This record gives sequence, structure tokens and C-alpha cells, in this order.
Amino acid sequence: MKILVCIKQVPDMESKFKLNSSGTWYSDQDLAWRMNEYDEFAVEQAVQLKEQAGGELVVLSLGPDRVREALKKALAMGADRGIHLQDEASHEKDPYAIASVIAAYAKQENFDVIFTGMQSQDRGSAQVGLILAELLGINSISTIVDFSCDGSSVTAKRELEGGLKAVVKTSLPALFTCQLGLNSPRYPTLPNIMKAKKKEIATPTLTAPTSLAATLSVAFPEKKGQGLVLEGDAGELADQLLTILKEKSTVLK
Amino acid sequence: MKALLIAESRQGQLLPSSYEPLAFARRLGAETSMFLVGSPQCLPQYDGKLYLADASQAGEYNPAVHKQLLLKVVEEEQPELIIFCHSSYGWDLAPRVAVSLAAAQISEVVDLVDGGFVVPACNSKLRRTVKPQSSITVVTLQSGAFNLVSPTGSPRVELLANNVKAGVEFVAYEAAEKGGVDLSRAEVIVTAGRGIGKPENLRMIESLAKALGGEFGASRPVVDAGWTEHNRQIGTTGQTVAPKLYIACGISGAIQHLAGMKKSELVVAINTDRDAPIGEVADVLVVADVKQLVPALTDRLAG
Repeated sequence: MKILVCIKQVPDMESKFKLNSSGTWYSDQDLAWRMNEYDEFAVEQAVQLKEQAGGELVVLSLGPDRVREALKKALAMGADRGIHLQDEASHEKDPYAIASVIAAYAKQENFDVIFTGMQSQDRGSAQVGLILAELLGINSISTIVDFSCDGSSVTAKRELEGGLKAVVKTSLPALFTCQLGLNSPRYPTLPNIMKAKKKEIATPTLTAPTSLAATLSVAFPEKKGQGLVLEGDAGELADQLLTILKEKSTVLK
Repeated sequence: MKALLIAESRQGQLLPSSYEPLAFARRLGAETSMFLVGSPQCLPQYDGKLYLADASQAGEYNPAVHKQLLLKVVEEEQPELIIFCHSSYGWDLAPRVAVSLAAAQISEVVDLVDGGFVVPACNSKLRRTVKPQSSITVVTLQSGAFNLVSPTGSPRVELLANNVKAGVEFVAYEAAEKGGVDLSRAEVIVTAGRGIGKPENLRMIESLAKALGGEFGASRPVVDAGWTEHNRQIGTTGQTVAPKLYIACGISGAIQHLAGMKKSELVVAINTDRDAPIGEVADVLVVADVKQLVPALTDRLAG
């Protein structure tokens, strides 16, 4: 079986964000980078499928040189080789342009199964995976929280609202976008991290079409919270908070 | 401007969120028509043209079929804007339709400003204004961002025939396992987020909840990590609650979580990050470490 997993590198969401000089995205200075959390579940599912069915697992990422760190992590988790689509300004591309570049690569390879995260933590569009499947003309199932493959077809569970799930089935080839909680992503072991250093990361050159949407500006949301902010020593805060609770809520009376 | 509104149906019932695209279109002053794969027995209250495909034939989840049905309507109506909810239905179908139409898609719209659509980024820490550069635009709306008070009217229905073959086969719905906890009845809920650090710390959250005569809940990451059961999860994919007192411990405040608790009477947030989005809905934000403050509170309540 030939498997592709597409990953994105994102900043740690706990970071203090600053805007870039054009005011169209966050500044990429002084940030800690990591693999998009949804993609960790995608990589884990891809590795499990490879372990079950055999074959080859390719991991792909688009972005500047720093994304090679995320690729290396996926290689250490069990992917066989990496594809780095170099792009210094990937944040200027919309999901359609990004999916189109990946499709240009994936078309040549005829993957049986493709995994992506359900969305990225920074952009959160939830589009790239599904557009990629449409461009490749293959079936796709989004937001999966369960996956089982019998070799020629896959039964997956989609997460809906309010705790409801939909059990759905598809033939292969197909693409799946992975929701948090799908599995338990493994931590790369030291020997596997060492082995991953020897794995190949190719850098094919492909051109993207023009984006269909552009960012005009990025800003910090206005603080609309009128709430009280308490700071200080934990013991004093506990006293203050209890006084407030007794005043404002009936539950302590 | 012409807008096509996408309504949603599940298990034969029209979803109330179906009216959110209408609220958005009204704000734009757009002329509208509506599309629904649903039940002829459960129609939206809407004064306009409704393109209806019967879900008993088209299936409630069948993206290839729904896409083709919708594209037929787009051809007939020629809308400039197609409006979905950012739901498990909307975020799944919207990109498929957008790419077929070479349309820009803007996901999870929360506001409109001159010349652009406003969407959240980086866990709601940033707001991004996006401008489409295509002749048709597809948008999905953040749940609850645009609300329509009391819809009225009955639609003029045009039935759509379905002759498309399914790509993905729907097998069954699976309901969440019902546990012994009904959080919706609790007057006090103390909820643990990832900020509690480790599973052992759930005990202090539980103790505080007990001391206040309430129940403890959890955010999605805590449930996903297996620290507690799904029946304690609060948010869009868990339970929606509105207790008299809600204490969010170490919860950053992802929109999916806020949607499940923002109607609580009094919201207290305990978080080390002063800028965490939970601060937006909190009546009181205590900037502190949960591991210190929560036991201090419990001690005082016990004593």
C-alpha cells in the first residue's frame, strides 16, 4: 500500500503573537514551532496503516526550510521518506493554491490512502485535505475519530455535533482528514530519531496557481470582556474570589 | 447580491443552525434562496424559494451526491455567495463545492467589515480579514456568530431529483455512550483544561466541584488524552451547559468550548495566560496557577 500523510508546521498556540511588517500574518520571529496537532494524529494513523498493510509511507510538508524539523519528527515516528515543497511565503497562499501544489505532486505517485489533519491550528480553514481529494478525483471523509482498513476499503467514524458520530465506508483510493483523539500519537524513540536522520527528504519544484482569496489584514481581537481580572498571591486570590462568589452567586448561600 | 443559503438536516430533523446563513444574508442585504437535503415533513420557516432533495433518497451524509445537487442549483440560481454553517456538514461540503466552481472559500466567518470577511486564527488569538478574488464566494459561518430571532414564513419548494451515484457509503449513526453524569442539571460545574498539567490533578478539580456541591467537567484535550470520560466533555462535540456557576480551570477557551458554556450565569476562569480567549467570556479572570489556587479554594470552602 502506498500512503501519503500531509503535515504542517505551526507555532505553539500558547505563544505571544506579534504581527509581521505587512500586518497580514503573525511575525515568524521568536516562536517555538511544532507539528500541527491534528497532523500528529494523521501521522500516527498512517504509520499504523503501514505497519498493518505494509508498503511505503511518504510524509509531505509545504513551507520554508524550518518545516524540515516537522518532517524529521514524522520520519522518526515511522514515515519512510519526506517531500519538502519549499515555499518561503506559504502563508500568502490560500487553501486552494496549497492543495493544488500538493495535488501536482500526488498525481504522479498514485497513493492508495492519503491522511491530513482536519485543520491547522493557526489558519483553521479545514479545506486543504478535501480540496486535494477533489483535485485528485478520489473519495474523502473528513473529521475522522476512528479508522479501520481491510485492504481494499476503509470504515471510518466521522465526528458530528453533540457526541454523535457517523459510521461511513469508502473504497480506496481515498483521503481522510483526522480529528483530535483519533489515536494516541507515539513519541519518537531515540534510535528512531537517529535512523530518521538518514532518511531522504526530496525537494521537488512545483508551481502553484494564483490564490482565490487574499488576506487584507490581521489584528488582535478587541477585548470585549468587561470581566474583573485578579492577580497576586494564590492565598489572597482565593479569599478575594470567595468573597466575589458569595456576592454574585446564589450557590454559596 | 444573490446568496444561496445551505440548511442542514439530521435524523430527519431540521437543525436550528439552518437559520444562521439567513441572518448573515440579511446583514448583507442579499436576495436569497435556500438549499436543503432533508425531510419534506420538516421544512424551515422561510419566505423564499427552497430547493429540497429528499434525504431518504439522497442520504443525510453523502458528499458526492450533495455536491452534485447543489451545483445544479448554483447553475440555476447563479448566486455570488454560498453560505454554509461551519459545522461537520458545512466544512465537509463547502470545499468540494468551492473547488468545483473555482470559488474562494472563507472558513468560519465571525464578522463582516468593509471589503472583507473576518475569521479567527491561532485559537482566536488573532482576527484575519480576507477578501475573495473570485466571482463566486463560498463562506462557512462560525456557529452562533450570526443569529436569527424568530424565523417566519413557509417556503416555495422546488424538489430536486437525485440521479448521482454515491462515492462514500453511509452506514449508521452512533450516539455517544450515555454515562451516569448529566452535567446539564448541575448548578455548579468546575471544568479542567489542559492547563491542569497532568491527569492526577483532575482530583483537585473534582474536590473543588464537590466542595461547591457541583460536578466536574473537562475540555476536549483532557478527554482526548484519556484523563476522563467523554460524558464529562463540554463543548460543541460534548455537552452544552448553563449552570449558575462555571469555573474553568486551565482552559484556554477554544470557540468549540465556549459554545458549550457561554450561557452560564457566572463564569470564573483560572488561567496563567492573561490573554487566553476564555477571558472574553469570563466575569472573573483569576491570573494564577490552577495547581495553587484550586486547593486553596477547596481548603477555604471546607474550613
